[in-house]
Amino acid sequence: MLLMLLLAALLAAPWIVNDYLLTVLIVILYFAYTGQAWNIMMGFAGQLSLGHAIYVGLGAYVAAVLFTRFGIAPWLGFLAAIPVTAACGAVIGFLAFRFGVAGVYFAILTIAFAEFARIGFDHLDIVNASAGLFLPVAQYAHNDLWRLRGSPTMFYYVMLAAALAAFMLCRALLNSRMGYFWLAIREDEQAARAAGINTFRYKMYAVMISAAVTSFAGVFYAFFYNNLFPEQVFNISRSIEMILGPVIGGIGTLFGPVLGAFVLTGLAESVNSAMLALGFDLPGAKQVFYGICLLLVVVALPEGVWPWLARRIGVAEDKP
Amino acid sequence: MPLDVYLNVAAAGVLTGLVYGLMALGLSVIFGVIRVVNFAHGEMMSIAMYLAVVLFAGLHLDPLVMLVPIAAVMFAFGYALQAGLINPFVTRPEHSQFLLVVAIALIIVNVLLIIFGPDARSVQTSYAYDSFALGPVIVDASKAYAAAAAIVFTVALFAFFRFTLVGKAIRACADNYTGALVVGLNVRRLYALTFGIGAACVGAAGAMMTLIVDVTPLIGPSYTLLAFVIVITGGLGSMPGALIGGILIGVTEAMAGLLFTPSAKSMFAFAILVVVLLFRPQGILGRRLT
Amino acid sequence: MTVLLSLQGVSKRFRGLVAVDHVSFDVPEGTIFGVIGPNGAGKTTLFNMIAGAMAPNDGTIVFAGEPINGLTPDAVCRRGIARTFQLVRPFPALSVEDNVVVGALLHRHDVSAARQHARELLRRLDLFDKRRQTASTLTLPDRKRLEVARALATRPRLLLLDEVMAGLRPTETDRMVAILKELNRESGLTILLIEHVMRAVMALAATVVVLDHGTRIAQGSPETVVRDPAVVESYLGAEAV
Repeated sequence: MLLMLLLAALLAAPWIVNDYLLTVLIVILYFAYTGQAWNIMMGFAGQLSLGHAIYVGLGAYVAAVLFTRFGIAPWLGFLAAIPVTAACGAVIGFLAFRFGVAGVYFAILTIAFAEFARIGFDHLDIVNASAGLFLPVAQYAHNDLWRLRGSPTMFYYVMLAAALAAFMLCRALLNSRMGYFWLAIREDEQAARAAGINTFRYKMYAVMISAAVTSFAGVFYAFFYNNLFPEQVFNISRSIEMILGPVIGGIGTLFGPVLGAFVLTGLAESVNSAMLALGFDLPGAKQVFYGICLLLVVVALPEGVWPWLARRIGVAEDKP
Repeated sequence: MPLDVYLNVAAAGVLTGLVYGLMALGLSVIFGVIRVVNFAHGEMMSIAMYLAVVLFAGLHLDPLVMLVPIAAVMFAFGYALQAGLINPFVTRPEHSQFLLVVAIALIIVNVLLIIFGPDARSVQTSYAYDSFALGPVIVDASKAYAAAAAIVFTVALFAFFRFTLVGKAIRACADNYTGALVVGLNVRRLYALTFGIGAACVGAAGAMMTLIVDVTPLIGPSYTLLAFVIVITGGLGSMPGALIGGILIGVTEAMAGLLFTPSAKSMFAFAILVVVLLFRPQGILGRRLT
Repeated sequence: MTVLLSLQGVSKRFRGLVAVDHVSFDVPEGTIFGVIGPNGAGKTTLFNMIAGAMAPNDGTIVFAGEPINGLTPDAVCRRGIARTFQLVRPFPALSVEDNVVVGALLHRHDVSAARQHARELLRRLDLFDKRRQTASTLTLPDRKRLEVARALATRPRLLLLDEVMAGLRPTETDRMVAILKELNRESGLTILLIEHVMRAVMALAATVVVLDHGTRIAQGSPETVVRDPAVVESYLGAEAV
């Protein structure tokens, strides 16, 4: 089937494409991953988070600090990041849900927390504040999977595995009892309560799971780019980039975030390359492109590209 | 620290706060009437600021003199935006509207980045370093003039809504959308007008703001957030609330900058936002929204 | 006959407006009980209090021997009271089947078992053929049946129906009446219904309570109540059978 071909292509990619394209693919998979994670909160449980960068940042810093100060491997760092980010999500969720902060106000609350983290970390000495935290850059000849030091190919497979794992997780979640409850909450929270669903509890689960899953992206970010600046990692632009994939691809669907990531990053990089070839080097052009894509999708295809595409090619996704 | 330092800083905060208040007023008007959360508010202000900078650099015209033209340009921009893009979204779900405006904000910031580059620009007026004494307090001339302009503009706006026919029509739309339609008001045109007015506020505030801070393309988002903090604290939909919120935040920021590090001052704004959202979401003067 | 639901002196005030004024009545288990009254009489407010959507200012609501006032709506549902809404609220983007599965999952944690149960209920309510349709595309009568199916899926002992016949044509009303009677007869499900459609009230309810301006003005069999002068007076213009 189409999916098998795509999977095969992705598995074989490092042998086929050049270094630049490999990096692009890594970015695509990264956004597919974070998009899936974000989708759990928004697409499934209906809570619009525009501050998701906070979970990436926390995951990144926890793993990075544990590695640089105590030599702890990133996989263990991830295990440590999970409770930290889940707790952060729980705090935000608790404050929001207990006090009835919903919809756009909830989105603003998430932005406020992310900004708070950004400025806070800018003054935190343990992470080197605004000067940035640097990981020792290793030699690329030797792939150390345990410490996540190595060639882009190694990182590619790590991200591919992660994106696949996120996809499977979301599929399992959607088909579970909790998944149904989330959809009900998203559709009509009052009716969901009348059907016996403890909406507070399940919204909290959505937030915490989404946060914990997102934290791995942070760990990856830290070890792939080897430097962390609060200004960049927690920035609201990161949060917005994360949602572009799922919004464009299709909120609440399984393939939406994946398709969105491919389409968006693929197109953006093509536009960028074309412009560079023509002699224009415009920082910010990519973001304008993102903005226009988002605009077009919101105006013309509010459900996202995937549902429209699925109808065209006759594939109906099981759960809406 | 001696008392007069505190007083000076607080005074500066009040003055800056008045300009913040005007900016937030625009947001409050837009939300109060159209019920759209304008997440591109700060970005629109940065457009106005760049206009002021460019006009100053090119024509040597003081931003305060250019206030009205800049506000007029922003009015047109806002009107067009609402009429062309946002009006169809008024009946769409909240998060759709929000994402639309987020997209607009993203585009504005980066177009400005492409045109002007990331470096800071500023307006150096002849009175940029002047100051004068008001009793025991010493204030910057630029801040004082900016604040004065803000007050004048705000009074004009209040008068518009109170006394003109159009102003009353807009208030009618805000109170009762269907009722306004039934009475024959052209709600879409009034919405566009309202957004234009909100944009004009932000345009004027932007012109005044160039006297106080430097402009880069990236300050847009921070001001959007600041505008939200102010409006939510003061009360969404309440015009006096926006001003009070503005002054409150202006003073808090200034004092926080003095007592802690300057770069941490926005943290206080956010802390206030979180507290207000939790305990009094309608703000100080706002009416409770269902 | 045991009493399943007991309202004792229940009141609700909204800032000076008394919506429900010391209303008391008992609903025996296994009966169909009607609540009628002119618009604004306080019927839906009463329902909302029973269902946990709002808490009474005074009085107690006792269900199966335990007080339930102040419980959240989801807790009330878990205790065994299911409700429908006056303005139907299906989950619009979900399929008909999934709507009911959500309800069935309350007590059946396994998704496929829940789905089985959902399908049985859909068959019962003549919605099986439409199970794959998206809920938002359904006609009003179908949506009403869907809400009933979803409510039934939560395995309630008491079903609260808020004007479920409103907007239905006589043939559809008769169908719904038949379904409800069957449910009551076969499983002993207790039904408490708010209704304006007298045709349904006469056919279904064993006992009827009449509310006007928040107080109970009559109680008895449908035939007696309908002839009660106080009731006729409050109801000017009621639709009689």
